[in-house]
Amino acid sequence: MCLAVPGQVQEIYEAHGTLMGKVNFGGIVKEICLAYVPEIQVGEYTIVHVGFALQCIDEASAKETLATFEKMGLLAEEFGEAEPPNAIPGGAP
Amino acid sequence: MKYLEEFRDGEVAQRMAQEIHRATTRSWAIMEVCGGQTHSIIRNGIDQILPPGIELIHGPGCPVCVTPLALIDKALAIAAMPNVIFCSFGDMLRVPGSSKDLFRVKSEGADVRIVYSPLDAVNLARANPTREVVFFGIGFETTGPANAMAVHLAKQQGLKNFSMLVSHVLVPPAIEAILSSPSNRVQAFLAAGHVCSVMGYWQYPPLCEKYNVPMVVTGFEPLDILEGIRRTVLQLERGEAFVENAYARAVSFEGNQRAQDLLNQVFEISDRTWRGIGNIPRSGWRLSEAYRSHDAEHRFAVGDIHTEESALCRSGDVLRGILKPNHCPAFGNQCTPRNPLGATMVSSEGACAAYFNYGRLASAPAAAVGAASQP
Repeated sequence: MCLAVPGQVQEIYEAHGTLMGKVNFGGIVKEICLAYVPEIQVGEYTIVHVGFALQCIDEASAKETLATFEKMGLLAEEFGEAEPPNAIPGGAP
Repeated sequence: MKYLEEFRDGEVAQRMAQEIHRATTRSWAIMEVCGGQTHSIIRNGIDQILPPGIELIHGPGCPVCVTPLALIDKALAIAAMPNVIFCSFGDMLRVPGSSKDLFRVKSEGADVRIVYSPLDAVNLARANPTREVVFFGIGFETTGPANAMAVHLAKQQGLKNFSMLVSHVLVPPAIEAILSSPSNRVQAFLAAGHVCSVMGYWQYPPLCEKYNVPMVVTGFEPLDILEGIRRTVLQLERGEAFVENAYARAVSFEGNQRAQDLLNQVFEISDRTWRGIGNIPRSGWRLSEAYRSHDAEHRFAVGDIHTEESALCRSGDVLRGILKPNHCPAFGNQCTPRNPLGATMVSSEGACAAYFNYGRLASAPAAAVGAASQP
């Protein structure tokens, strides 16, 4: 139920007095209510749940998070820290 | 898709899991509140790459699962009325009421329709002015803005034939109910990312302080969940208890102020019964006075409803984190997604459905079943 999917805003317009838009989810385009994120611009990303944009995606913090993730564990590998005894090799999804 | 695939990298996930192994020196029990996170954890096998001492307890964050039986029965009664178009998210149609479900009512001739968004139901009301259009408005705070906007627009546009059967539940009172229970084992929480996209996380610091538990706002992709767990473990190991945000790309401290303003206008706080758990004070929303004419519970007299739960179903224990789904004797036997005894086996977010659909079928040793059945 609380699944919300990131999509890119393609078009912004008004319908029945409400701010609406076309949002592209990896090729599937749906009409989405943008009333809660009126500041959003065409080309930006938003998190969408049951037809409503809940928040704009903060691109800078997304990049920062990914950069942190990618560095994670690399230092330990570099300095040759032993594998924790209970690690399951190849266990990642 | 952008912002999804990057957060599913298997190699990075493995390194993050190793970080968690390095940080962990003791056993910890962490609850992920949201059913969406439960599904991601089981689907991606995240629980299987964690240190053996880290237990993930699956929380009650599945709105379909906790919608009270009496309200499902009410929905069934309203849906069966002549002239009603009953609209719902697809998840609700197979949820068992006392004697049938919405699919059965539909097959008996009722006009039951699955919609993607509550706005679809508002549009149906506009297109069918002589019909009563009822939307089954269930959900946590994530779905609140959509349901609030639907009622608000219906009122604004004078669509008197639109009403909503509201079953809205709130996360912070549920967390407090879990923490204040004498049998609580949860030592830390992964706070539900999208609930916090709407509400922010300003409600959580007092809970962290009062109960001395860490809470980490966490997203839904595998790397997001691993990061939530990693930060939680670091706090637990250091003996700290504060709120952290591990889902900054979609969550701010304040949340979405515009959404919160409309939520406060359309809804008011009410007590709620959670299916399988019981009454939790001030744990839900109902329509406020100004919108009550759109409340389906007020509009339709549904008379006396005598509810009857399945005697075999242990979904209440599953929702409270006492019982793992595959430790239930009915799991995979009398109870499957095709023939569910309880809502946790129906919903795309129910813990039982997650275990069944992703192959966690091994049933528990007899001793574990016996132990888990202690109240």
